[in-house]
Amino acid sequence: MNWQAMKSIYAFEMARTRRTILQSVVSPVLSTSLYFIVFGSAIGSRIQNIEGVSYGSFITPGLIMLSLLTLCISNGSFGIYFPKFTGTIYELLSSPVSMPEILVGYVGAAASKGLIVGTIILITASFFVDITIAHPFMMVLFLVLTAVTFSLFGFIIGIWAKDFEQLSLIPSLVIPPLTFLGGCFYSINMLPPLWQTVSHFNPVLYLVSGFRWSFYGIADVNPWISLATVTFFLLVCLFVVNWMFKTGYRLKN
Amino acid sequence: MRQPIISVQDLTKTYGNGFNALKGVSLDIEEGEILALLGPNGAGKTTLISIICGIVTPSGGRVLAGGHDVVSEFRKTRELIGLVPQELTTDQFETVWNTVSFSRGLHGKPPNPKHIEHVLRELSLWDKKDFMLRQLSGGMKRRVLIAKALSHEPRVLFLDEPTAGVDVNLRKDMWQVVERLRESGVTIILTTHYIEEAEEIADRVGVIDGGKLLLVEDKTTLMQKLGAKQLILDLAEPMDAVPQALEAFGLQLANNGGSLVYHYDGHDQTDRIAPLLQAVAAAGIGFKDISTRQNSLEDIFVSLIGERA
Repeated sequence: MNWQAMKSIYAFEMARTRRTILQSVVSPVLSTSLYFIVFGSAIGSRIQNIEGVSYGSFITPGLIMLSLLTLCISNGSFGIYFPKFTGTIYELLSSPVSMPEILVGYVGAAASKGLIVGTIILITASFFVDITIAHPFMMVLFLVLTAVTFSLFGFIIGIWAKDFEQLSLIPSLVIPPLTFLGGCFYSINMLPPLWQTVSHFNPVLYLVSGFRWSFYGIADVNPWISLATVTFFLLVCLFVVNWMFKTGYRLKN
Repeated sequence: MRQPIISVQDLTKTYGNGFNALKGVSLDIEEGEILALLGPNGAGKTTLISIICGIVTPSGGRVLAGGHDVVSEFRKTRELIGLVPQELTTDQFETVWNTVSFSRGLHGKPPNPKHIEHVLRELSLWDKKDFMLRQLSGGMKRRVLIAKALSHEPRVLFLDEPTAGVDVNLRKDMWQVVERLRESGVTIILTTHYIEEAEEIADRVGVIDGGKLLLVEDKTTLMQKLGAKQLILDLAEPMDAVPQALEAFGLQLANNGGSLVYHYDGHDQTDRIAPLLQAVAAAGIGFKDISTRQNSLEDIFVSLIGERA
């Protein structure tokens, strides 16, 4: 194991975050605070409680997930795409570093950033709304699993993307509808039956629902199914990335 | 015989788009030598280097570095090797110090600020260590790439067209660094378009074109070929045959009898030129002009490439 290399990649990526702190930390915190002001305080005060939870508190887990997903995907994809774009990838490929080590460095850093921002948002939220955490262990598990899975998903996008257009395709066109329709802002029980059924095909629903369950003990779907869904998606991503490494897909061809 | 530090064995590479970049290249590189690879654009130089360094996977054949296979034992081989790529690829927003330290870390070496400082000083980068790369000129970026490649104390250094777009000062500095590295026992392989460069610093010269290695030879052997000179007499009157009086000099007629050509070794046969000219004058042959010509590595190169085409 080339620990030194993993450490170097990780530190290098984290240093980039420090340099771009406005964009990578302050901006997501600001936008989430705006959500809380608008949906939590302004509109939320006129919305009745959902399953016994005030609207502002209800949306908190969903908002954290929304930021976590978006950030992890963008960090994970950018981290590996940028060296591809500038050409500095030559150095990674000619170093005594194995592909799994590269993966740990980049995905680890992307997930860490996501977790840091997620935590900051949680703390910010506690200033606006009442937060209770019913299952702290499960909450951390969901948070970490989601961060790792979607950073990995971002990493795959970063390897796949041939230009900046493709790089932002999935984060900007696929993820927002999935998250907004994934029950971040409502319980799917509030939807007509047809749309409830459709929602069950949205993987993000399971994430948000499971994560919200760890806070308030209320869920749209069984939390264990949520956990299984995230784990399954993580395994799919690992499978894809393994295939990419084995074939040298868009890295060594 | 010592084990070569790099041994390329029947290496082939066909890219995904069907381009056949290497068609069976075999080459042994001895430890401590400086080998220059000459060849036109698209000859396969960069592909060859990329395979040895692990950036491109070979289609066939294999490469050993320090006795280890570059694919299956990549950790051992890549620790030995430093690569300076052709393109100025840098993390624009990083500082010189960070990017060079990062390279060392990637190669699994624990931090060693002393060594990094030594490398930066040697490449006259020390006063630029806190500059962001985008603030540096092209020549300075080239130095940074060299510093990155030297950060992990490699035993073999690949320089892919190190002097492309580099000014005279930097080129001089670079050759001094190469010279010092060689003295410390580092093997250096460089690719270049500039034949003078190969002449100046290489121990051996390889010519590569169309994915094939056309020749690898000691520079001294090449220099002997290089020493061949021609003295050309443009005649006032064309002639059908070399006059008998001049037979001893082994002259040849050229240019449809319009000129006489004398082939000689520029190193040790110059003392025959005066007798030749006297003999020409004595034979009453008039000439309009006289010129000499030296074979350059370029001629050898062009004739090799020409043979293939």
